[in-house]
Amino acid sequence: MTQSAFLSFNSVSKRYQNQEILREFDLTINDGEFFTILGPSGCGKTTILRLIAGFEQPDHGCVVLDGQDIGNLPAEHRPTNTVFQSYALFPHMSIYDNIAFGLKMSGVDKAEIKQRVHEALSVVQLDGFENRKPHQLSGGQKQRVAIARAIINRPKVLLLDESLSALDYKLRQQMQNELKRIQRQLNITFVYVTHDQEEALTMSDRVLVINNGQAQQIGTPREIYESPVNLFVARFIGESNIFKAKITQCLDNYQYIAEIYGLQWKITADHKFAVDEHVNVILRPEDLRVMYSEDAPQEPGFVGKIIERNYTGKTLDSVIQLDNGHILGISEFFNEDDPDFDYNINQKVWVNWVHGWEHVIKADER
Amino acid sequence: MNISTFSSLINFRRVVITLTLSWLTLFVLLPHLMVLLTSILSPDSEHLVVWPITLDNYTRIFEPIYANIFWDSLLLSGTTTVICLLIGYPFAYFLSNMTPTLRVVLLFLMVVPFWTNSLIRIYAIKMIIGKKGIINSFLLTTNIIDTPLQILYTDFAVVIGLVYILLPFMVLPLMASFDKLDKNLIEVGRDLGASAVNRFIHIILPLTAPGIIAGSLMVFLPAMGMFYVADILGGAKTLLLGNVIKNQFLVVRDWPFGSAFSVFLIVLMAALLAIYHRANSYIQQKGGLDDENL
Repeated sequence: MTQSAFLSFNSVSKRYQNQEILREFDLTINDGEFFTILGPSGCGKTTILRLIAGFEQPDHGCVVLDGQDIGNLPAEHRPTNTVFQSYALFPHMSIYDNIAFGLKMSGVDKAEIKQRVHEALSVVQLDGFENRKPHQLSGGQKQRVAIARAIINRPKVLLLDESLSALDYKLRQQMQNELKRIQRQLNITFVYVTHDQEEALTMSDRVLVINNGQAQQIGTPREIYESPVNLFVARFIGESNIFKAKITQCLDNYQYIAEIYGLQWKITADHKFAVDEHVNVILRPEDLRVMYSEDAPQEPGFVGKIIERNYTGKTLDSVIQLDNGHILGISEFFNEDDPDFDYNINQKVWVNWVHGWEHVIKADER
Repeated sequence: MNISTFSSLINFRRVVITLTLSWLTLFVLLPHLMVLLTSILSPDSEHLVVWPITLDNYTRIFEPIYANIFWDSLLLSGTTTVICLLIGYPFAYFLSNMTPTLRVVLLFLMVVPFWTNSLIRIYAIKMIIGKKGIINSFLLTTNIIDTPLQILYTDFAVVIGLVYILLPFMVLPLMASFDKLDKNLIEVGRDLGASAVNRFIHIILPLTAPGIIAGSLMVFLPAMGMFYVADILGGAKTLLLGNVIKNQFLVVRDWPFGSAFSVFLIVLMAALLAIYHRANSYIQQKGGLDDENL
């Protein structure tokens, strides 16, 4: 993968009816990467996609694709194609005509259209479906046709608008792998928009987390999951236990002693902090260590009781209420030593974590 | 649901169905049967109709003079349908893309004239296009013309009247078609590089075809029977099939022939409706007209 800016937003602003969606928004997407824009509904992610596709024009700033400012180029003239959330197949055309539509519009000759439709169908593994009608296909098959219809035009960027959200869980997982395979096979830049963090983590090379039109964090899936830069990202990506803490002592090498709920904890951060500074210590549910109170070792730990236990198959997800009233979520994998491991409601437990698994962010960052 | 409310529901249904059926039998089925019977009897100046049974009335329909009227009638109704389509199609398109409030207002304005009897509205048109009507007075006083235009009592006047009366019947089914049209499909068309013309030809037109057919039938069929429009605006000429029927009953007093003509018109309309139904279910099943069928 070449690491060059291929698609960029330079200080793009966009409003709808006096509501500012994007303000001086910057974005850089590399050539050939699977880039995901992740955010809650109404955060501006679909607007970004529509600005790339050309369904919207920026009020200010420019959208540059492969060295060319495409900001005011209408959608029909842009080298981009979109896979819509609702598939939006043409109901009156056969699968062949649906997929051939883009090529017909650009005047490609019939023999080449035929060959390329067959290629596209084989990429999405729907060989032999040429003569079917959209209403004869299942949701997953429609989705594949929509992808074939978009990629056949060999776009510079393929845009996917929550393209998998209408599929059921199993099919969605399968299509996630399919999309990754297609992207590798074609080496086209994919820009995927979703509110589903699992989808974003699974498929992407890089993820942009966005909220209220503001970029929160850009990074690899691992970076945004393990090192969220602020509380929004920490809460939006996966589950988080957030402890309010105060630095009480600075050791060397980014090591600190912090006070959490009256106990002193040794923590490691990637920022410099001063004594008395407030910080948030973030721990994922699977990073907390839980024991029955009676088995607890002679180490600092929080004491509480189980108020909820949920068996999910792979894990046992529990909710703990600490004696000081705070609520923690934990997630434990079953292990072979104790496959019947479980909690009773109101079970007394003891919680701590392995030093170094915590992630520390400044308290003033939301 | 307990038994008593269930049985009262059954009773209610029975009452409603019985009432409707009796009404339809008495005022729809019976008159039509009478027309059918009259159509095979012989005319008589004294008793209106007499035995014996004959099919002469039906063979007379195919005499050249009626074939001409039939042809003229088809032409007038056809012209009316095309004009309604040309006006109604863009109008329905804009209506379906409007903000809900504006749309309600415009629909309301379109329907308001229906609260006035159509006969009276046709007389109003006469006032507008007549020799001393509003258009001619205006053009004369502004010296654009020096002799009044002959609009009234022409085929053109009849078409104006028919279009005026029937336009809403074109707009409403078209609007329903445009409402059903998934706007995403038009965006997909843009995304795949289709120009505005191509988007219209390949996406919008085929997908609104059911509305076009329904609207056209709802204009074309009634247009052939609207004798009073032809009477008032077209002068004393016999222009529409409806005029033939009316004249046979009220002027010539040949009830059997008028009845035969009525039956003929009913059969014709039924045939057109059947064709529409077939075409529509074909299109519905395919979700729209095929590209190749255009």
